[in-house]
Amino acid sequence: MAKYLMLKHYRGAPAPANDVPMDQWTPEEISAHVQYMNDFAARLEKTGEFVDGQALAPEGAWVRYDGEGRPPVTDGPFAETKDLVAGWMIIDVDNYERAVELAGELSAAPGAGGKPIHEWLELRPFLTAPPTITE
Amino acid sequence: MTRMDEAALRSLTPGVLAILVRRGADFAAAEDAVQEALLQAVRVWPAGPSPSSRPRPGGGDPLRDAKGWLVTVAWHRFLDATRADTARRRREDLVDEEPAPGPVPAVDDTLQLYFLCAHPSLTPASAVALTLRAVGGLTTRQIAQAYLVPEATMAQRISRAKRTVSDVRFDRPGDVSTVLRVLYLVFNEGYSGDVDLAAEAIRLTRQLAAAIDHPEVAGLLALMLLHHARRAARTAPDGSLVPLAEQDRRRWDTGAIAEGVEILQAALARDRLGEFQAQAAIAALHADAPTAEETDWVQIVEWYDELTRLTDSPVVRLNRAVAVGEAHGPRAGLAALAALDAASPSSGLRSSRGHPVPRHAAVAAYLHERDGDLATAARLYAEAAHQAPNLAERDHLTRQAARLNARRRR
Repeated sequence: MAKYLMLKHYRGAPAPANDVPMDQWTPEEISAHVQYMNDFAARLEKTGEFVDGQALAPEGAWVRYDGEGRPPVTDGPFAETKDLVAGWMIIDVDNYERAVELAGELSAAPGAGGKPIHEWLELRPFLTAPPTITE
Repeated sequence: MTRMDEAALRSLTPGVLAILVRRGADFAAAEDAVQEALLQAVRVWPAGPSPSSRPRPGGGDPLRDAKGWLVTVAWHRFLDATRADTARRRREDLVDEEPAPGPVPAVDDTLQLYFLCAHPSLTPASAVALTLRAVGGLTTRQIAQAYLVPEATMAQRISRAKRTVSDVRFDRPGDVSTVLRVLYLVFNEGYSGDVDLAAEAIRLTRQLAAAIDHPEVAGLLALMLLHHARRAARTAPDGSLVPLAEQDRRRWDTGAIAEGVEILQAALARDRLGEFQAQAAIAALHADAPTAEETDWVQIVEWYDELTRLTDSPVVRLNRAVAVGEAHGPRAGLAALAALDAASPSSGLRSSRGHPVPRHAAVAAYLHERDGDLATAARLYAEAAHQAPNLAERDHLTRQAARLNARRRR
């Protein structure tokens, strides 16, 4: 088994084919989209491949150490940042091909006009613990 | 055991724990021992009351004297753990030196446990966890599942909390308002898992109300019951939020409403108003309206005025603006919102940490829609969705923006 992170972006991914902002969809189209995402996660739980899924707020901050006895420096919200993660799903699957297949399904979630968004998802393998047998 | 049995069993937790502490066990060790006794009870007790239930070791038929059984088992567990401990001598000396229990203190033991678990030295998250375990009798795993953190993390949080309060004297009354804040958090931020935290919060508040005669405890209990009554109507089958005005009121739990109203009226009659009673009064006025249109908004505004006097929070003043909009029209509501922002921009639009007050944009959007300005309302709903603190609200607000945009296109 191998774990993969499927990352969804607010910004930074190539533009999807069906690129209409959500508040310009009809309420029914939004409901269909939410239903598709819920069904997708529920199906992965049933197949034993779901690990975790979380959504992130669109606003955050950069934070760094600013020296002894001083409070950390914060900078943000990062309007100029090119890349902004919206959320993730972690899956535990047999192989890379299965991970690609699932990411493709998630990307087919319906958007405006009920048509698939074709959203680009970032697929990243987890680094694993070292195996016991190496020779 | 069935759920009912488990709840009945867990209701004995604080009493059993208090007896161990009175006998001289330190709180942390006693709490562990009670947890083990509860787990053993779940394992060995028959599923329900039955005349044929066999007597159990350590104190007769558990079903006839469940508390006695738990005390006996927990005490033995405590002694075993103490003997096994490398610091055995020291602890046993401690127990030996413990003065014999004096006259029964005026304050109930259960109450002392609530105070201890909500002690001001604890962070809210720690107080919540400790209360659910030591007073509620939930296992660390159940609490961890409910708050979506690993079990090891929750175990650490609880044991650190126990260390923090280990030096607190057990016989001094605390501040009941700290306890109420903890119970409010359990009720309002119940997430998931197999434990119904809202129901658990109600059970614990009910138990507290039995231990102390205090109008704000009653007020919180009434508030919880009145909100819990709406639970079935609050979400659609697809999981989306249903706003109060659109809820199917036939699905409200009339039994819980009746109980909440009765408890609230008795509390209000004592003429010691507090924020929970005022919040409950607002919930009761909503419960009292057969349809959303029949809501007594004028009276609700008056209660918000009381709440503003009791606790001048930006959230209260924001909700007051909604009520003003319903009572006196959207223009009056927008004026109330503008007054709020102008009076103290630091606490109006923004909370102390510089974040927008939750739902400010959503309230403004709603009032502008009522006022007929759909373009502004749609823009503000989209902004509100952007700031939404959870997915259900984000989806709801995005849908509102979409609904208005679709109407504007027609």
